[in-house]
Amino acid sequence: MNEIWAGLLAAFHLIVTLDGDLVEITLRSLQVSLSALVIASALALPFGTWLAIRRFRFRRATIATLNALMGLPPVVVGLIVYLLLSRSGPFGVLGLLFTPTAMIIAQVVIITPLIASITHQAMRELWAEYHDLLISLNTSNRQRVLTLIWDGRRALLTGALAGFGRAIGEVGAIMIVGGNIDNATRVLTTAIALETGKGNFALALGLGFVLIALALLVNFAIHALSRTERHGTW
Amino acid sequence: MVALVPIATLKDVTVKRRGNTILGPISHDLESAGFTIVLGPNGAGKTTLLNALHGVERLSDGSVTWTSPDHASYKDQAFVFQRPIMLRRTVRQNLAYPLQLLGHNKNEIETEVMDWVGRVGLNGVLDHFAPRLSGGEKQKLALARALIHKPKVLFLDEPCANLDGRSTREIETVLSEVNTAGTSVIMTTHDLGQARRLASDVVFLLNGQIHETGLAPHVFEAPKTPEAKAFFQGDIVE
Repeated sequence: MNEIWAGLLAAFHLIVTLDGDLVEITLRSLQVSLSALVIASALALPFGTWLAIRRFRFRRATIATLNALMGLPPVVVGLIVYLLLSRSGPFGVLGLLFTPTAMIIAQVVIITPLIASITHQAMRELWAEYHDLLISLNTSNRQRVLTLIWDGRRALLTGALAGFGRAIGEVGAIMIVGGNIDNATRVLTTAIALETGKGNFALALGLGFVLIALALLVNFAIHALSRTERHGTW
Repeated sequence: MVALVPIATLKDVTVKRRGNTILGPISHDLESAGFTIVLGPNGAGKTTLLNALHGVERLSDGSVTWTSPDHASYKDQAFVFQRPIMLRRTVRQNLAYPLQLLGHNKNEIETEVMDWVGRVGLNGVLDHFAPRLSGGEKQKLALARALIHKPKVLFLDEPCANLDGRSTREIETVLSEVNTAGTSVIMTTHDLGQARRLASDVVFLLNGQIHETGLAPHVFEAPKTPEAKAFFQGDIVE
């Protein structure tokens, strides 16, 4: 118990004094996860919306696959991305293994199905509401997708934030493809695992608190967004 | 004297849902004198007929051919649904939406929006969130949004259902104005009083079939069929 208290105090000190390692690792975590979020959103938002409005032969199977992919084990994703990016793999020539780019790729693979699935759910409801009007106005598929994305932007942002929450808290895949290299690929989650192993609970707890703070921030953002939905602002 | 002119040809128009025939088969040369009211008991197929004419209902069989090419395209038609569909935007943005789709510039859009918001009396709620409006305001907004791109044909599915007298009168005034200005109106209603006030001609539907058509005074005063006569007298018709 004393260790925990000591750790808490040390963590508080690290945060208040803006410890260099802590800041660097936190910024790298944000850089990797936000980059993954932007790329995954660019893929998942239009795809989820398109899936909501289009009827095609394997639509149900596609939706079922998408939902199944939400539960992809990150360690397996990490392993596959590792094999693809390793020197003997098809993309080995790019030299991306053990770089933040490899970590971004792994996170994109993990969160894209999640964001696409949430988008599909939200857009399906909005499409049911708008269907007759948009058909009546003879909108093109592109106009429909853009209208739904714009009018459903709060729900989509909620989905994106959920994706960010998953990305920032992910450890298995980025440990494998990033290697947890100091000053290069070390992020909050991998650093916590490492520092805990070393018995450096102060830094581990400090990193943990930052991670929790980011998660809380995401939840507050989702809550605030749902309030704007109810009030009809922006 | 108003005269009926052919507007559309319905050939074997049939709409089925889960094996049940909701409408048709109807083969009929639809004529209009400008303001067509579609009447009939519940389940007669009024809404389905409107949807089929506008093309938002997938036909199980048959076809609808508009006589004038001016009336045939979607951009020359507009539809006001019984339950107004509000985009999750402000009143201003809802009104601007059809014009944005058609590629109008910002100045044109602003001019039209201000014109229509005044005509339907929504000036006070211009920047309000549309889904939060009252039922009457929503229906007026839906009407203005349908008319803002100056359609040649306007479909309305019971636009005044559940509205108070004042809102109904305001909507009827706008409808009469646009009809006088040249827009053909095809509207369903349950309100026989409203039908008598507005109709230049009537289509009476029963059991998914067009039962009787003609100029409004003729149909109301001397219906040809006992079913139409009973309906106009307020009796229950099945």
